[in-house]
Amino acid sequence: MNDFTYHAPTSLDDAVAALRGDGGAKLIAGGHSLLPVMKLNLAAPSALVSLAGVPGLGDIADGGDSVTVGAMCSHAQVAGSAIVQARIPALAAMADGIGDAQVRNAGTIGGSVAHNDPAADYPAACVALGATIVTDRREVHADDFFQGMFATALADDEVITEVRFPVPGRAAYAKFANPASKYAVAGVMVADGPAGVRVAVTGASGDGVFRVAEMEAALGASFSGEAVAGVAVSSDGMLSDTAAGADYRAHLVTVMAKRAVEACG
Amino acid sequence: MPTVTMTVNGMERSGNVEGRTLLVEFLREHLGLTGTHVGCDTSQCGACVVHVNGTSVKSCTSLAAQADGAEVTTIEGLANGSDLHPMQEAFREHHGLQCGFCTPGMVMSAVDLANQNADPSEHEVREWLEGNLCRCTGYHNIVKAVQAGARAMGGGS
Repeated sequence: MNDFTYHAPTSLDDAVAALRGDGGAKLIAGGHSLLPVMKLNLAAPSALVSLAGVPGLGDIADGGDSVTVGAMCSHAQVAGSAIVQARIPALAAMADGIGDAQVRNAGTIGGSVAHNDPAADYPAACVALGATIVTDRREVHADDFFQGMFATALADDEVITEVRFPVPGRAAYAKFANPASKYAVAGVMVADGPAGVRVAVTGASGDGVFRVAEMEAALGASFSGEAVAGVAVSSDGMLSDTAAGADYRAHLVTVMAKRAVEACG
Repeated sequence: MPTVTMTVNGMERSGNVEGRTLLVEFLREHLGLTGTHVGCDTSQCGACVVHVNGTSVKSCTSLAAQADGAEVTTIEGLANGSDLHPMQEAFREHHGLQCGFCTPGMVMSAVDLANQNADPSEHEVREWLEGNLCRCTGYHNIVKAVQAGARAMGGGS
């Protein structure tokens, strides 16, 4: 890993100033996405700006028709939150399935969303639930936020402060996990919420999270596992690696979608 | 070169580190606390698990700078003199180790579980140990040891 300057600001303004002061700087939250890629020299920032000392980023709040999760909330915090468990149990269960206990203790929702790993779980939850990503300067809908593998709408000096999830009528997440890393080989979040039925897939495509319009239409007509069981997705653009080939991933998307729908009850 | 200061096993320790210095490197190479091991170095195997502010984390995927000001407990901080911690004693009693390489991380992870769940089921222990790999495949006795250790701790470390 290349060396870098470490900044530990104690306010959001100072964090943004540190980012603006060094064009090669990146934010670090829990570091569980960033440090592994830095070890592989796939990223070599000249400075890291830690958000750990910035107050106000670690709260979970029930807003009635939505639940707001602070960017620095760990996966363990989301999984164990009474608010999330009661209002969006699918989100709590999804967070509880990330990595392992120690990864969940360190990794954060803001870090996961900002990193946009094509096999991360949170992008599917954000898109299916129609979440809004709130930053230090604006609000971005999940549909516009995720822009392909490791790419997001964030500016270089922009900081995610919270993610706001509309409370769905029902939702569930089904994941076929890589047995070593627990990253999604294919993960599907199905949500029946204020914006209708939304089906979001992670892990499968080289472009990252995507929606399946045919499944959403089928579920809109009949919300049942059978409705999606016959909807095949194309293997074009699917990832192919040691965990699964493109054809198998495409097949898994349908299987996971059916399981998620059935888990909605 | 920045200075970090943290409380390690109850003692205040400081050192000059690089930004990129990992917490496990600080513990092992700066403080000589080599009980914490580095296995995979990719946050999967759990040999490097320590407690930061009471929570188990993988010290190979944490920067020393991130732990500045924190309370850190390593495997060396568990025993009280020659009296083993109840979780360590349970690992000995139930032969919860073979080569022993994964053991420090297993014990630190298990203590965190026991702090939350004083009587975990076999299933709960196996789920919790997702992030601790034993290449000797000695899980059977490890699970027994964690259950016994948790009961012996009686809901507290």
